[in-house]
Amino acid sequence: MQELIRRYGISLSVMMAAMTAFWLLALVVIPNLVLFKFSFRLYLPVDQLGGPNDVYTLKNYVTFFNSPIHINVFFLTILYSSLVTIICLAITYPLAYILAKVLKPTDTATFFLVLLIPLWVSEILRSFAWFIILSMQGPLNAILTGIGLIDKPIRWISGFQSVVIGLVYAYILFMLFPIYNAIQALDTNQIEASQDLGASTWRTHWRVVIPHAKPGIASGCVMVFMLCAGSVVVPTTLASTNSRWFTEIIQQWMFEGLDWNVGSAYAFLLLALCILFVSLVMRVLNVRLVDIAK
Amino acid sequence: MSEDVHLSQICMDFGSFRAVNNVEVTIKPGEFFSFLGPSGCGKTTILRLISGFMEPTQGAVKIGGKDMKGIRPNARPTALIFQNLALFPLMPVWENITFGLEVRGVSKEIRRAKAEELLQLVDLHDSADKRVSQLSGGQKQRVAIARALAVEPKVMLLDEPLSALDLKLRQHMRAELRAIQKRTGVTFIYITHDQGEALAMSDRVGVMSQGVLQQVATPQEIYNNPVNGFVASFVGENNVIAGKVTSVSGGMAQFETAKGSFQAKLDAAVGMGDEAKLFVRPEFCSLRPANEAKVNSIPVEVNEIAFEGNFVNVFVRDQAGDTHMVQMQNDPSVPPPAPHTACQMVFNPESCMILSEAATSRHGH
Repeated sequence: MQELIRRYGISLSVMMAAMTAFWLLALVVIPNLVLFKFSFRLYLPVDQLGGPNDVYTLKNYVTFFNSPIHINVFFLTILYSSLVTIICLAITYPLAYILAKVLKPTDTATFFLVLLIPLWVSEILRSFAWFIILSMQGPLNAILTGIGLIDKPIRWISGFQSVVIGLVYAYILFMLFPIYNAIQALDTNQIEASQDLGASTWRTHWRVVIPHAKPGIASGCVMVFMLCAGSVVVPTTLASTNSRWFTEIIQQWMFEGLDWNVGSAYAFLLLALCILFVSLVMRVLNVRLVDIAK
Repeated sequence: MSEDVHLSQICMDFGSFRAVNNVEVTIKPGEFFSFLGPSGCGKTTILRLISGFMEPTQGAVKIGGKDMKGIRPNARPTALIFQNLALFPLMPVWENITFGLEVRGVSKEIRRAKAEELLQLVDLHDSADKRVSQLSGGQKQRVAIARALAVEPKVMLLDEPLSALDLKLRQHMRAELRAIQKRTGVTFIYITHDQGEALAMSDRVGVMSQGVLQQVATPQEIYNNPVNGFVASFVGENNVIAGKVTSVSGGMAQFETAKGSFQAKLDAAVGMGDEAKLFVRPEFCSLRPANEAKVNSIPVEVNEIAFEGNFVNVFVRDQAGDTHMVQMQNDPSVPPPAPHTACQMVFNPESCMILSEAATSRHGH
């Protein structure tokens, strides 16, 4: 803080601190606290508010545990979010390595630009684009049948298939950047030293590159997983008849049922269980939170 | 235990730039060989060609008579010590040292024992379980050496590994490296721009400039009989005078310059009537009273005196304003002349040489 004041002067420093505090308090902490309070109150007609029925209760949370369908959707959401995370990791690790260590820096810059341009388009539009690409009469099926790879069109938008594809596309860059940064920071001489000492390419990655990149990998995985589990647009747009996402249920409670109380309870359950799941995975992989923050 | 390394007419191009030009040298088994040259002379490229991180554009690298073409670094019988050492920071010291054995599938017990043994060899006890970050610069150096020795290389390649150390430690590690090399009998190929290191440690030195190997010889030979002007001025100090050869008789020549006429030994590459340079080392120069008539003398005035301890460097200026250096042993009974003393700098015809410029293609040797 003193460093900040010394550098930018007192007024600018106070302004920066105030803006950060405003963002954190007014836009994150307070709304969440309000919803947290909602989640323990009942959804009552207006005339009963403040009456004898307006009490703190766990009933909203019990609703979830009494609904096998909702529990099922919840675990499917976790399962498919994990799947998306794994697919993203499998695609981005080699890509990040090539970008960081194989390509020339000028080529890397071009590559990043090409990767970033789609981000300028909104998530809804990009999801709709995939809806068109994946449809029965869409370009993907046309190309695949055209080059003779498949005989008849595949129904892509069925089950969780299209949702997984859409989510991988939507969040893959959140995996790429942390891993790229981590690998880029690795001294190339270490890779060469490993090779020089007789290690195969695979062994060099396993013993030298991956351990070094682990915080980046963990950070990317946490981000992609959380974004997936909390995503609304992609699962709604690319949904098939049998692919419900947990956020859709929350949305239904809040905007169709107008029951913000149960909706809040569901939202906090999702948050709590996601945090639990992520910390479990971090424990298993032996990664600390401070490593990720780097 | 060790193998010879034969660089057969090697060229290495980066685009249109030729980094290594027609280098031909055989490094004997068990030899301590240094490539010495200024930065950008191609010496690191040679090291990368031997270790396999690059393939030569032309020519061949042969280790123990076997052509290394197409053999990747992890399959070559070489071990490279990087300039920044490139130790693995996430592994403890002993795992660093035995990494090469780990990738060969050696069991943990054997590896651990081998690590202890190598730590003894490099004189670093009780450090097996330390983290790399806990070690000092010199200790890291030893771990890097142990790590390279663990894979029992036939040839050890060292890329200026002492450059990051402070002077005292550097001098100590020089002796240490030399001792380890003698103990293990492995062929050492050492890259450096530090002539002191190269001369003190090596059996033979190869001096490089602009991708061309200028001279390969023992340190004494390099210092006493440089083949050309580049070697003479890069290795050690020299007073240089430009001029022209006017007569030749029996290896000696008369050399006409703007500072007068001199007699000197003539290099075979320089002929009658050639423009060349005369090189004379400061320790072969002496100062005499101005009125004495001598061969090979230049009238000078003492400019500055630098007392170095065991010797004294006297900087003198001639009538054209050029500075020369005269080195004298420190002898309290014979103090150096005071500044502004007029005298003459003299040198023996046997101890100065007329040499051509650096070779720009391969020099015969």
